[in-house]
Order: sequence, then C-alpha cells, then structure tokens
Amino acid sequence: MTNSFADFAKAKLFIIIGSNMTEAHPVAATFVKDAVLAGAQLIVIDPRRSGIADFAHLHVPIKVGSDVAFLNGVMNVLISEGLYDKKYVESCTTGFDKLKAKVMEYPPEKAAEISGVSADLIRETARRLASIKPAMLIYTLGITEHICGVKNVLSCANIQMLLGNVGFECGGVNPLRGQNNVQGACDMGALPNVFPGYQRVDNPEARAKFQAAWKCEELPGKPGLMMPQMIDGLPEGKVKALYIFGENLANTEPDIRHVEHCLSSAEFLVCQDIFPTETTRFAHVILPAAAWSENDGTFTSSERRVNRVRTASDPPGKAKPNWWIFREIARRLGHHWESNSAKEIWDNEVSRLAPSLAGIRYSRLRNNGLQWPVPNDKHAGTPTLHGDGCFTCGLGVFSPVDWIPPAETPDESYPLLLSTGRRLYHYHTRTQTGRSKGINDLLGEETADISPEDASALGIKDGEMVKVESRRGEVVVKANVTNRVPAGMVWMAFHFREGCANWLTNPVYDPITLTAEYKACAIRIAKTG
Amino acid sequence: MADSFLLNGKNASFEPGQTILEAAGNNGITIPTLCHLKGTTPTGACRICLVEVAGARTLMAACSTPVSTGMDVRTDTDRVHQSRKLVVELLLSSGRHDCMVCEANGDCRLQDLAYFYGIKEPRFKQADEFYPVEDRNPFIVRDFSRCILCGRCVQACNEVVVNRAISLGYRGAETKIVTGGDKAYDESDCVFCGQCVQACPVGALTEKKAVGLARTWETRKIRTTCPYCGVGCQMWLHVKDGRITKTTAVEDAEPNRGRLCIKGRFGYDFLYSGERLKTPLIRENGNFREASWDEALDLVAAKFKDTIDRFGPDSVAGVSCARSLNEDSYQMQKLFRAVFGTNNIDHCART
Repeated sequence: MTNSFADFAKAKLFIIIGSNMTEAHPVAATFVKDAVLAGAQLIVIDPRRSGIADFAHLHVPIKVGSDVAFLNGVMNVLISEGLYDKKYVESCTTGFDKLKAKVMEYPPEKAAEISGVSADLIRETARRLASIKPAMLIYTLGITEHICGVKNVLSCANIQMLLGNVGFECGGVNPLRGQNNVQGACDMGALPNVFPGYQRVDNPEARAKFQAAWKCEELPGKPGLMMPQMIDGLPEGKVKALYIFGENLANTEPDIRHVEHCLSSAEFLVCQDIFPTETTRFAHVILPAAAWSENDGTFTSSERRVNRVRTASDPPGKAKPNWWIFREIARRLGHHWESNSAKEIWDNEVSRLAPSLAGIRYSRLRNNGLQWPVPNDKHAGTPTLHGDGCFTCGLGVFSPVDWIPPAETPDESYPLLLSTGRRLYHYHTRTQTGRSKGINDLLGEETADISPEDASALGIKDGEMVKVESRRGEVVVKANVTNRVPAGMVWMAFHFREGCANWLTNPVYDPITLTAEYKACAIRIAKTG
Repeated sequence: MADSFLLNGKNASFEPGQTILEAAGNNGITIPTLCHLKGTTPTGACRICLVEVAGARTLMAACSTPVSTGMDVRTDTDRVHQSRKLVVELLLSSGRHDCMVCEANGDCRLQDLAYFYGIKEPRFKQADEFYPVEDRNPFIVRDFSRCILCGRCVQACNEVVVNRAISLGYRGAETKIVTGGDKAYDESDCVFCGQCVQACPVGALTEKKAVGLARTWETRKIRTTCPYCGVGCQMWLHVKDGRITKTTAVEDAEPNRGRLCIKGRFGYDFLYSGERLKTPLIRENGNFREASWDEALDLVAAKFKDTIDRFGPDSVAGVSCARSLNEDSYQMQKLFRAVFGTNNIDHCART
C-alpha cells in the first residue's frame, strides 16, 4: 500500500476495485464503512454485489476481466472532459501523451461494450472520481489474479496519477494483502529476483554485499524460478528437490490434478508445516514447525508496518521454530550462522542489510511498530509513500496498456464463467480455521454461488447438489442461489478440499508475475442425479 | 487558544464541540461511564456519568453534554455521588449480578462501581425473571440476566464495525437487546466479529471458548499481531499456564483500533489441535515413520547436497511461507542463496 489503514477512516472518496473487503479484510472494511457513514463517497467496481457494495454510492458491475478496458474508458472521459489533474500530471509524471493516445482508443461506448456496463455509467464514474480530491484506490486479487494482472495494476496506477491522487494522505494505490506476512516474505527476499530489501540479484554490487555479510561463496546472479515454474519443473526433471515451507500447494494452485501430478514426481520433497496437509502427502520428509504465538518474531502488514509477534506457549512435541530448522540445515552443510534468535536475525542481519529497514530494531518495535521505509534510527516511519507526488523513482511513469480478454471465456460447451476467492469465515485451505472450534459450524462446505436467472434457466433450486465442470475437472457442491452474483457467472472459494474451486481453475498466468488466472475460467453446471 | 470552563472550581481548557466527559478527561478528571463507547454517538443511557452543572435544573450526563465557555462543572460532589450510587444500586437490582460465577468477574465496570461505592447489600427488590441465556452459537454467550441495557453492543455493531446485526428491541421495561428481530445470534445477520463482546462492560456477553479456563486475574496479556489477513490487527492474547484462554483487540492501537474479525478473535485454538505435527517424519515404504531431528535434518541436508552435486544448484527450489515470520523467510532465502547457491526461492507473493 502506498498509504495507511489510518487513512480509511478519514478518506472522502474510495474507489474499491476487485476487493471483497468485508470478507477478506473485514477489519479494514469497517473503517471504510465508518467513513461512508460519516459522509465519504464510495465507488465499488466489482462483477459481484459484494458486501462492501451494499454501502456504495455507485456500484459498477463490470464483466470479469474487463478492468483495463473499463479504466481506459474512465480515463478517456477524464481527459476528454478535462477532468484530470493537469498540474500534477505536468509536474509529477511522465508519459502522459502516450497514455492519452492509448485511452483515446477506448471511448466510453467501446469500453462499455467490453465491460458490460453502460457508457453513461462510465462517464458518471469518471465525473464522480474527479469531483473529490484525493480519492483512495483500494484493490485486491480481483485485479491481480488475471493473465493481465500487471496491466490491471498499471491501470490502477495510471488513473490515480491522472487524478493527481498519489503521494497524499487518503489517496494512493492500495493493494490489500491477503496474508498476514506476504508483504514481509517479499521484503525478506523470498523472491527469485531480489535479496532482502528488494536489492536485485542481478546487481553485482548487491551480490558482493550479501556475499560479504553471509561469508559465503559467490552468490548466483541469475534470477531463479517462480513458484509455478518450480511446480512444472518437477515432472520436467528440471527441479529435482523441492522444499515447501508452510504452503498447501495441492489445494491452493490452479488445476489440482496437474499440481498433484507434479508434486508426486518430485525426486525429493521436504514439507515444513504445523499440520499434515494435502501437500505433505507427497513429502519424503516432514518437519514439524512452531506456529504463530509459539515463537517470537515479526510480521509486516499490507501498510508496510513491521510489528512484533510474541510467544504465548511452547510448540507441541518436538516442533521447532522455522528459523532454527533452516539454520540447522545450513550448519550441516558447513555454514555456521551466528544469529540464534529471531531478534538477532533481525537486528544483526535484516536491518543491517536492507536499507529501507535500517532504522527498525526490536527495541523500537513496541506498541504500533514502524512502517518502512525507516532509513535510520531516528526516522519515525513512512505512512505515505511518494509524499506530495514526489515519486521515489523521480517522475511517476504512465504505462498505457491494452485490454486483453481472459484466457478462457464461456463458449457453447462451457457456457458460464467461474470466478473464485475467499469467504469470511475460513482462511485459505482451512488448516487453521478448519481446526478452530466452531468455524466449521458457520461454514461447513463449499457452494457454487449462482444467479437466480441462471439457476432458474437450469432448473436448479437453492441448496440442491450440482456438478460444476471445467476442462480440468469437476466438483459436486450445493448450489447457493444469490442475487449477489450476476447472470452468466458462478462464484466459488478454495477453502474445502471437497468442492475446491481449484479442481476447476485454469493454470494460465500473467507473463510477468506468473500469477494464475484464478478469477476467470469457463465452466458448465448441472443438477446431479 | 482553547476556550476555558470551570472544572471542580479550577480553570480548565476545552476544544469547542467537546463533551464534558472528553474535556474533563483531557484535564485529568476521569468520570465513570458504562454506556459511553468512544467514537460513537453518545446515548446518555446509563446515567452513571452525571455531573453537576451550575444553573442546570438537573444533573447532566457528561458523555452527551457539550462544554460551553465559562460552564461551572462539578464531578465530585455529594449530590453527584449519591446519584451515581443510586444508579448502580438500580442496575444491580435489575439483574442477576452474582459475580462468583461470572466470566467477567475482575473485568466488570459494574462490579468496580459497586466496589467503589461500597454497596454490600441490595437496596431494592431484586428482579428474578430473565430472558434465558443464549449459548447455542459456538463463540458468544449472551446472558440477559447480566445485561444492563447500556447499548454499547448496539453501538459497536452499528457504528463501529457496521455489521448491523444488533439493536434495541421492545420498549420500556420490556426493553431487550435483540439480534435479527429477536432471534438467536446464529439466526441473525451476525458475522461473529465479537465486537459486541469487546464492548460489553459487564458479563452479559462473553467468549464461549474461554468459559472455565481462567479467572481474569490469573491470565497475563501478551500483545501480538493477528496471523490471518494482511491488515495486521493488534491483539492481546490472554494466557494462563501457556494456553491462550481468549483474545481481545488492543484498544487505541494502529491499525485496528480495538477491532477484530471472527478469524482473529475466535480462530486461535487450532494451536491445540491433536493433529499438530509433533515430530519429524520420514517416508519409508510408502508410510511415514517418526524420526529424530538429527536423522531428518541429516537426510534433508544430504539429499539437497547430493542433488546439487549431481544436477547443479538450480535443480533445487524452495517455496517460503507468507504466513510465517519475517525471520523465517529471511533464513530460508539465505539457505537457498548462500548455502545451496540458487535463487530458486519464492512464495505465494502474487496470489
């Protein structure tokens, strides 16, 4: 997030796109709802009438995967009607002419045809967006989980820069991260192309720095494989040994049948986890790990806030902290790492090696933690990035993009579109929430959420069992007939093994990030029996 | 320059728009409250915050009366205390406030006020007919006999988390806190965020999972960060003998300011599941057998070394965990880069 959650309570205008906040980030959503009650305007762009859309002044139900076309259409209106922030664009950005040329190819009528909402609604969206400054843009996986995920993100950045909304309190581009420490895992360099603090592995200076700090041999400069490449690399023989730490890939990745085939072809698979999962079935060695609240450390939230996690109890049996396990493996291969606690790892390594975290020490992480960048010990943290439109990289760069359709769209054989996501009561594959007493009582099985129109055309009644089929697989689940889902669409989650949407989802990826297109694939649905 | 008023005979400052309660608080005078919930519309329902205002016909509710310049406010007079004591006595008579078996014992504002005013025996006839206790849902026990109708749960549900499941039902002596047209919690629009429990000043709403685990004074509070979504809510773990008895949100902490959702508030007891992995396991003939750490780690190290020796460092790969600690991910990428010699390290960053 360029901005902070604290802004949510006082923002005057929100654009929420592809974010089912009330279910996936419930507490963040409460602040948006509070702001709306206090008079803020809310525009929700989502194919479904999500919970937060109930509070919207304008709900724009665009077709799944039409985000770029829609946002280009909105920017077309902003430019054509002279509603954008000319001063900001002139002084803080570059590439406006190219952006203008591109969005001029998307007049509202054309954008309307692609996105399935009227040209008038596109115009109204643009006018409302330009009416209050700054506006806060919030997005989640509805933007990123497409083959055009990067283009979608760039479009969000383009429109916020065009409106002059980046670099100010209550503005910015704000992706809500789905997992407690996905931000932190990135910051720590659990990525194939960067060391901790986003220092690139193909930069010889960075390599020299880490080589010296880690007292190791020359570090590799070629970026590594991304997760889907690792999985596909198993049957190809490219990857022989895989180490999976705390991920249940057999349920979370698209096309479960394919993923399980890949996992079963690993020559050596290590799983390090707190529970047996569908993935650990394929392991050769399973290492038992300490869970949250069983060891000290830090998490970094969506708003770049580094905060403490503290020990309440001992891990069960012989389970050990994860950092200890990695250290022990290193030791067995001749690397004796000095740091022997989470605090030592952070204070003596992370904060010394990552310039944006240099001012963060455990002794400073009391109460509310610190939001990076924190370049030195005196720095109080950074609630808003790119302050006053002064972009960290100089000028904000407009990146004009073209719309492309999802990889698989409904056709005669598979006439409906399946989109997927998370539900309020459960978290991911339920390894935690499924074992927290009572939560299964509230939500005990997966459903196929379907519109009353489609249900009635297919003779499906609410609560009846239906078979949902895609080109990858099929599941049998209960139908949940709801007017929150538009005609032509079915919506499911991935919390339950039985009826997991990922038996159906399409393993196609954004070419840059290799994020899978969980949000769109073609299916058919029919009553069972 | 802030305006001033008289607080217990001394000049005190206030900001225009502040209530007596807020202005007194800023000037170091704490006025007791029951119904007041920070950040929500004052209701003035409980009358425990009454203060004397010179020239006013009656005592005034500090939570809902704005300060004006020159106002003469007294918070500590006999009249004020008599009135507050009367309110406490009436509240005590309205319910079944048997602290010995109450989950809130030791963390109850009504109990604190009764103690402060030295109330030893009931002055009024005790009510003896109550709505039955509701505990059919997995998370929240609602005991109407302990409810003082302060309305904080209604405020929390409608004005803080805006889930709009709780309201005040019926009228007069029949008044009752209701969910979904007087149905049970699990039959209403409730999403079990538990904000009502956090707001309840007495023992009317308590955490079901905590029942019988500890008295409030036996636990210690450990501050931590929620392990679920990426908001990073701050929470207290209430711990007795190494077991979490319940969690509550940290008030006035960023980013959540006293709020949690169902997962954060009630999703912690997976820790105590009998299914936890407790020992290293090695697959042998298609089955897993228990192993020592030394055996398992030696095997992992040897297998990775052997694979790298035979096929090069890029033949091994690792997926880190987006739920675990920063320090864990740091160690794992260090292991892959510095020890294995590959950048094949990733996690589910993009999904």
